[in-house]
Amino acid sequence: MLVAVVTLATMGAIFGIVLGIAAKKFAVEVDPRVENLLKIMPGANCGACGQPGCAAFAEAIVAGTVKPSACSPGGTSLYEKIAAIMGTEVSAYQERQVAQLLCQGDNIHTRMLYRYKGVNDCHAALTNFKGPKACNFGCVMQGSCSQVCQFGAIQMGVNGLPVVDYYRCTGCNKCVVECPLQLYKLVGVSHLVNVRCVNTEKGKGAKTNCSTACIKCKICEKNCPEDAVHVVAQGDGTVALIDYEKCTNCGICAAKCPTKAIDKIMPLSEEVVLEVGETPTPGCTHCGVCPPQ
Amino acid sequence: MQEYFIIIISAVLINNIVLSQFLGICPFLGVSKKLSASLGMGGAVSFVLILAGALTWAVQVYLLNPFKIGYLQTIAFILIIAALVQFVEMVMKKYSPPLYKALGIYLPLITTNCAVLGVAIINIQKEYTFAKVMVHSLSHAAGFTLALVLMSGIRERMEDANIPESMQGTPIALVIAALMSMAFLGFSGLI
Repeated sequence: MLVAVVTLATMGAIFGIVLGIAAKKFAVEVDPRVENLLKIMPGANCGACGQPGCAAFAEAIVAGTVKPSACSPGGTSLYEKIAAIMGTEVSAYQERQVAQLLCQGDNIHTRMLYRYKGVNDCHAALTNFKGPKACNFGCVMQGSCSQVCQFGAIQMGVNGLPVVDYYRCTGCNKCVVECPLQLYKLVGVSHLVNVRCVNTEKGKGAKTNCSTACIKCKICEKNCPEDAVHVVAQGDGTVALIDYEKCTNCGICAAKCPTKAIDKIMPLSEEVVLEVGETPTPGCTHCGVCPPQ
Repeated sequence: MQEYFIIIISAVLINNIVLSQFLGICPFLGVSKKLSASLGMGGAVSFVLILAGALTWAVQVYLLNPFKIGYLQTIAFILIIAALVQFVEMVMKKYSPPLYKALGIYLPLITTNCAVLGVAIINIQKEYTFAKVMVHSLSHAAGFTLALVLMSGIRERMEDANIPESMQGTPIALVIAALMSMAFLGFSGLI
């Protein structure tokens, strides 16, 4: 017993001394900024930034090859700290953009003209009487956006509408280009309040076809304390539109909107878990490290 | 002399550490995408393997056997290997930063590379003399490097191949590994 302990302890001590000397002899000068950055990193090594880990990410920031905003677990507080270390302004970093669907007219809210049973392609569905929906502006729910998304961020929801997973969405713009009705818009993740309707018809027509359409009542305009939302001319008619420069995410317009065409989403980090694998836990970046529960 | 020759042939081809004994698969799949990186990895593992072979043999013969504490074999060997890997890492970081970057996480993972521990233990089990231990370790290191280099050569060619989407990356690498392993079975009748 004693022999075993002494033997191992001696071996450990010898190796420790040798390695200690080697560490001094072979020391490499590291940019102190890299070390400082490494200290403030989330440390999950999730790879969401595209780098093989937080250490590589820190080096890449110093090298200037990536933007700090690539780190989605870090959030704005991290960008501020990075900016302090790197001596730059936070505003120099562009906010992460996610695609948002500008239609809430699902199977329940929108009147259907007929049942479409053709190929699952929005362009094809639109060739038949401008799509199966009574509303000619709304999503035709055939999932072209879901098919074109390389990141699996768009899934078709239970009520027919595609659902964007803002954690997975990288703002690559593919769905924006793909959607035949231009129903996707890239919006910064911090903008929580959005008008989710692009119907420019007059109120009555819009309301008849879809119970969650913008009816141009201007209640949002009257209630907005920041003068950020207006019913503006678009296409042949008008529709409510939010000026993100002025919007403070107060959500008053969303609460007052009679048809709930204006929607306030939860901030990303506060999203609640509903079902494992379907909706992410707070801060989850889908790195795939943690096992399914 | 014949004995040494048999050890070499057996370790490099017949009982190839990766393709026949299935040890050290992690770097075999992880660092075999580029020829240069796989050569570097082969070199790093070879260095650790040979030094660890010598040191572990010495520790076993002069420390563990006389004191009759052979049950400490695993922990003592791991200690030696870990210290050696740390040393290699420091040296490599100082003198070859590009290689250090290319090997990435697989460099510290040599610590837990079962090929290194495996060879050290086989050395003891076969009761080799020091000269044979060195030859054996060296041949296994060569066998490991050979497997890695062959694999990376194939995978570099695969880059240009039109592989079905679902098979790209690791799946096709595993298929290649299996085919190579079967090919190496052909050497079993050599001795």
